[in-house]
Amino acid sequence: MIRLEKRPQPSRAWSLLTPLVAVIITMFAGGLLFAALGKNPFEAIRVIFYDPLFGEFAFYYRPQLLVKGGPLILIAIGLSLGFRAGIWNIGAEGQYIMGAICGAGAGLAFYPTESVLIFPLMVIAGALGGWAWAMIPAVLKVKFGTNEILVSLMLVYVAEQMLASMSLGLLKNPEGFGFPGSRNLQGYESAFNSELIAGTGMHWGVVAAFIAVILSYVLLNKHILGYNIRLTGEAPRAARFGGVNPTRLILFCLGISGMLAGLAGLFEVSGPAGQISIDFNVGYGFTAIIVAFLGRLHPVGILLAGLLMALTYIGGEIAQGTLSLPAAAIQVFQGMLLFFLLALDVLTNFRIRLAAKGAAA
Amino acid sequence: MTTPLLSLQGLTKAYPGVVANDAVSFDIQEGEVHALLGENGAGKSTLVKMIYGLVKPDSGTMLWRGTEFAPSEPRQARATGVAMVFQHFSLFDALDVAENVALGMENPPPMRDLAQRIRDVSETYGLPLDPGRTVGDLSAGERQRVEIIRCLLQDPKLLIMDEPTSVLTPQEVEILFQTLRKLKSEGTSILYISHKLEEIRALCDHATILRLGKNVGSCTPATTSARDMAEMMVGSTLQTPTRSAAPDGSTLLKVTNLSAQSGKAFGTALKEISFAVKSGEILGLGGVAGNGQDELLAALSGELLTNADTIQIRGEAVGNLGPSQRRGIGVLAAPEERLGHAAAPNMSLIENALLTGAIRQGLTRNGFVNWRTTKAFAEDIITQFDVRTPGSDRAARALSGGNLQKFVIGREVLQAPDVLVVNQPTWGVDAAAAAAIRQSLMNLAAKGAAIVVISQDLDELMEISDRFGALNEGRLSAIRPTTGLTIEDIGLMMGGAHDMEAPGPVAEEATA
Repeated sequence: MIRLEKRPQPSRAWSLLTPLVAVIITMFAGGLLFAALGKNPFEAIRVIFYDPLFGEFAFYYRPQLLVKGGPLILIAIGLSLGFRAGIWNIGAEGQYIMGAICGAGAGLAFYPTESVLIFPLMVIAGALGGWAWAMIPAVLKVKFGTNEILVSLMLVYVAEQMLASMSLGLLKNPEGFGFPGSRNLQGYESAFNSELIAGTGMHWGVVAAFIAVILSYVLLNKHILGYNIRLTGEAPRAARFGGVNPTRLILFCLGISGMLAGLAGLFEVSGPAGQISIDFNVGYGFTAIIVAFLGRLHPVGILLAGLLMALTYIGGEIAQGTLSLPAAAIQVFQGMLLFFLLALDVLTNFRIRLAAKGAAA
Repeated sequence: MTTPLLSLQGLTKAYPGVVANDAVSFDIQEGEVHALLGENGAGKSTLVKMIYGLVKPDSGTMLWRGTEFAPSEPRQARATGVAMVFQHFSLFDALDVAENVALGMENPPPMRDLAQRIRDVSETYGLPLDPGRTVGDLSAGERQRVEIIRCLLQDPKLLIMDEPTSVLTPQEVEILFQTLRKLKSEGTSILYISHKLEEIRALCDHATILRLGKNVGSCTPATTSARDMAEMMVGSTLQTPTRSAAPDGSTLLKVTNLSAQSGKAFGTALKEISFAVKSGEILGLGGVAGNGQDELLAALSGELLTNADTIQIRGEAVGNLGPSQRRGIGVLAAPEERLGHAAAPNMSLIENALLTGAIRQGLTRNGFVNWRTTKAFAEDIITQFDVRTPGSDRAARALSGGNLQKFVIGREVLQAPDVLVVNQPTWGVDAAAAAAIRQSLMNLAAKGAAIVVISQDLDELMEISDRFGALNEGRLSAIRPTTGLTIEDIGLMMGGAHDMEAPGPVAEEATA
C-alpha cells in the first residue's frame, strides 16, 4: 500500500527536483502519445528538445528561444506575484492584447513623425493598457467580491474582439490594400523594437523580462511587500493579523501582472510580430500560467521554465513541419508538463511511504 | 496482580533530530483512570498516537490483556476497544450531531436508530445532547460531548482523553468527571492526559510522568501534592508566578459600547461591550469558547474595524485603525489560533518574527527587510522564552503547540507593548511553560502595560488578573475584582447572569 506522510518541513530538495522529474515524465508520456499517433517517439522528442538547439538549422532557431521566451517570462513573473498571494489572474492573454493595441496605437498616432520619444511613449502606453485591463477584475473583486478568475478570463474574449475590431477598423493600415491589420511597425524606425544584438533574438522585451526577474526576486526576498504577498498566500488570516491590507494587495498584484502582460504585448507587436492583426495573440498569456507554475512561482525558476517552454514551442513547430504532428498534440504535450508538475508537487510537502503490512513507519 | 488491560513495554519512537519516546513502559489496569503527565514535547502525544495506531513505534511492544497489540491504523485500534477524544475536535459545523457521529463510525446504523442510541447514551452517562442540533451552534463543551458519545457508542475498553477540560466551564468539568467516574465504575479504563494537576488529583488513580520522552516516575495522585507532581514533570523546582505592586496607573485602554458583527460564519457578534484597563493592570476575561473571544481580540488588534470612538488608547480614538497603525501606538495582540492566525505555518520563525515585529522592532527600512536584525529578534524570542527548536529557520508548523505558543507570546511581550491583548495564552502549554508565560505577562504589567487576558482557564485568570469579567454570547458581564470571587460566582458570570437578573434559572441554563 502507498501512503502519504506529511513532512514537518517542506522539502527543499524536492521543490527543486520536481520540475526536472516532471519534464522527464512528460517526455515519456509524450513519447507514448506520439507513438500512438504513429510517429517514432524518440525522433519526436529529439526534434522537440534537441534540434532547436543543436540541429542543422539551430542558427535559425536559437534566437527564437529568446524571442518566444521573453514574453512568456515577462508575463509569468507578473502572474507569479499574484499566484503567490492567492490572487488568480487567468486573463493575461487579454491584458497582453490590450497592451499591444494601446502601445501600437500610441506609436501609429505619430506616424510618420520620427522621434526618440515615440518608443518610450509606446512602452508607457502598453503598460497602462495592460494595467487598465487588469484593473477591471481587480476593482470588481474589491468592490463587489466578484471572482477574479472568471472575470479576467472572460475579458480575454472581449479583448480578442477588440483586437479584431482594431485590425479591421481604427488601426487598419490605410495603405494596406484593404487587408486587415495595422501598418507594420518594423517599417517605422521610431516605433520598431529591433534586435539589439544581431542573431541573438535579444530585443527590449527580453531585456525587460530579465529586469523583471531581478526586481521580482528582490521584491519577494528583500522587501516587506513581497513578504506580505507570500504571507497572504500562505496564511490569509495571519496576513490580516499582521496588518496586510487585502484590498491594496489585490490591486497591486493584478495591476502589476496586467502591466507586465501589457508590456509583453507591446514589445511583441513592435518587434517580432510587427503589426496588429486578427491573429496577433498566440496564447502567450495562457502558456505563461504553465511557465509560472513550472518555475515554482520563483523568479529564477520562471526564467528557466520560460526558456524550456519556448523550446517546446519551437520544437513543436518543427515537429509539426517535419513529422507532420498535429498542433493539438503539441498542446497536449505542453499541458502534460503542467499536469505532471502539479501532481508531483505533493512530494514537496509529503513523503511517500510504501508500507507492506503495518502502518507508517 | 491481574493482567493489565494494556501494557506498554519499552516503546521507542524517534523523529529526525528528536527522540519522542525513549523506552517508555507502564501498565494501564482494567477500570482505572490513568493520568499521563508531562511537559510540552515530553512525548505524550506521540505515545497515545502509538496506542491509537496513528504512529508505529520503532521498537517496543504493547500487550492488550496479555496478547500482542500492534495497531497499524486507528480502525484496528478501535476494533480492539481503544477510543480517543482529541484535543482538537474533528466535527463539521454545518452538520447535525447525529450526522457527525455517523461520520466517525465504521458501520453507522440508520439515522433514526442512531439518534435514539445517542439519546440513550447521553442519558445513561449524564451528557445532555440533542442529536438533531447543528454542531455549529453548540458550545465547546457540547462539542466535546459529541466526540465522547461517538467514542462511547463503540463501547470502548480504553478511552484516551487528550486535555479534555481546556475548553470547559467549571460546571461542565464536573459533569465530565461524573461521566468518567461512571465509565470507570463500569470497568472502562481511561488514559487521561492533562497538565491541570488538581484535576488529576481529583480524578486519577495512577499517574505516569514523562519528561523528554522518558518515563521518569509514577505516583498516586491522591496522595501526592500538585507541586510535587509538577516538579517531577519539570525536573526542577517550579516558580509560582508572583505579582509585585497593585495597579494605580492611568487608564490606557478604554472600550465603550463596542458592538460588531463577526466576520465569519457561526461567529458571535459583539454586543455593547464596555471596559477599561489601567496601566499596570491585568483584566481577565473568561467565558466558554465561542462567546465572542475571537471577535473581541480582532476588534482590539485592529483586524475588525469599528467606530473610532469605541476603542480609545490613552484617550485617543483608535477603533478605525488597522493592525499596523495600532502596533505603532503600542497595542499588540496574540490570537488564540497559533497556526494560520498568530503564525504562518509554512514560514520560518524568522519570517514569523517579522509578522508582527516589523514596525516596533524597526525591521524594515524604506520597505526593505533587514533579515539580519529580524533573525536576531527571532533568536532573542527563542532564547528568552525557551522555545525548543533546532533553529530559527524552522517552519512554524514543525514546532509543538506549546513551543509555538511561547514564541507567539514572546514575540509580543518582547516588543514592550503599552497594551497587550492575549487570547488563551497558555492553551495546550505545560505547567512550567505556562508559569513562565504568566510570569512574563505579570512582569509586563509591573512595568506599566495594560493587559487583557482572554482565557478559558479560570485558574489562570484567578492567578494573574486583578479584575475579572466573563463573555457570554458576545456580551460582557459586570467586571469584578478577582479577590473574593468564588467558583460559583464565576460560573454564574459565565452563564450570562448579570447583576440585575435573577441568578436561579440562568444558572441552570449554564449547566444544561
